[in-house]
Amino acid sequence: MITEILAAAAGTFAFSVLFGAPRKYYPYCGAIGACGWIVYMVFEGFGAALASLAATIAVVLLSRLTAIREKCPVTVFLISGIFPLVPGSYVYWTSYYLVTNQIHLAAANGYMAIKIAFAIVLGIVFVFEVPQKVFVVLTGNGKHSA
Amino acid sequence: MSEEKREAQCQDNKRVMELALQAGHILLENGAEIFRVEETIDRICRHFGLESGNAFVLSNGIFVTAGSERENFFAKVQHIPVSGTHLDKVTAVNQLSREIEHGTYTLEEAEAELERIRKTPGKRKWTQILASGLGSAAFCCLFGGRMAESMVAFAAGLVLYTYVLYVSVYLSKIVGNILGGALVTLFCGGMYLMGFGTHLNYMITGAIMPLIPGVAFTNAIREMADGDYISGTVRMMDTLVSFLSIAIGVGMGTALIGWMSGGVVL
Repeated sequence: MITEILAAAAGTFAFSVLFGAPRKYYPYCGAIGACGWIVYMVFEGFGAALASLAATIAVVLLSRLTAIREKCPVTVFLISGIFPLVPGSYVYWTSYYLVTNQIHLAAANGYMAIKIAFAIVLGIVFVFEVPQKVFVVLTGNGKHSA
Repeated sequence: MSEEKREAQCQDNKRVMELALQAGHILLENGAEIFRVEETIDRICRHFGLESGNAFVLSNGIFVTAGSERENFFAKVQHIPVSGTHLDKVTAVNQLSREIEHGTYTLEEAEAELERIRKTPGKRKWTQILASGLGSAAFCCLFGGRMAESMVAFAAGLVLYTYVLYVSVYLSKIVGNILGGALVTLFCGGMYLMGFGTHLNYMITGAIMPLIPGVAFTNAIREMADGDYISGTVRMMDTLVSFLSIAIGVGMGTALIGWMSGGVVL
């Protein structure tokens, strides 16, 4: 379990480097990715889609808070933080089962990928509806920032 | 207003618009959201006293116009092809626009600073390749792979990103992703057949992560949430095409390995 969290942190960190995030934000990116994965593991018992939704909400909340604290675009944290949740592995399984002629399994995995994608969409859309002011107050940052 | 003064004002407005457009260009090119681009152009125009500045931003182009009874007319369209994501430039331009708003910069200084940001070199290639390897290994581990699998995924990540940086840039997105997916699958499959690692699937799922269009996906959702449906749709389409291409590539690679190994793997 500890290994998984560390792996999530390392993976998020690596992708923040890949996307050219400013160097001083690497640790934040890694931490947000790790937190997202912890939430995912907590909710994993409820199914991958619900766990992804919960984890996305956590990642977006943390990204927005950090963005305001650091006065920098939220994209910097959001993109790499979301990465462990993107259903990349389901894409692999879908094509694997298609090639091996197991159509039912291919359909099930493809459907799961879409479900997770929608969970991420909902998570992002809803948390971005929360007014900026709430986050500004939460971070104790008087000045307005995005 | 005297003729000379009017002339100077007109020159200035043009420079402000150029500055705003350039800032928008850097933002859009490097992975910023549409609303941020529009907001930044707006901020810069207003701060330098250009009331009539207007911007219309799509995912791959910016249209700006200015002009009213008092201000001179100006219009420019700029096509902005999709390129790599450099979030440090987005951050820098965002910071600059904030400071411009606070009045820290004169027009000349802002122009110079923007030029400096534009010319900032991206991350070095070997750093990116190394990051790709680390990311692949980490995600392989996250999906359940062990040490041996992660090592293979690390190597596959290095190979993949070398391909992305030196070969894929000359290819279309579709072909680039198909070949990338196939490359990863064949590499991992080859290592697997040589006896490295026991779970081929974990290696491949980890190693294809650098290809996954995370930026386009996340931005697509945010554009739609903001009501920018045109840009959102374009980016979502981009994501879907990339995902499908990767899947096709992986499928082709898997089939090829199965055929070469005489059915050992599949």
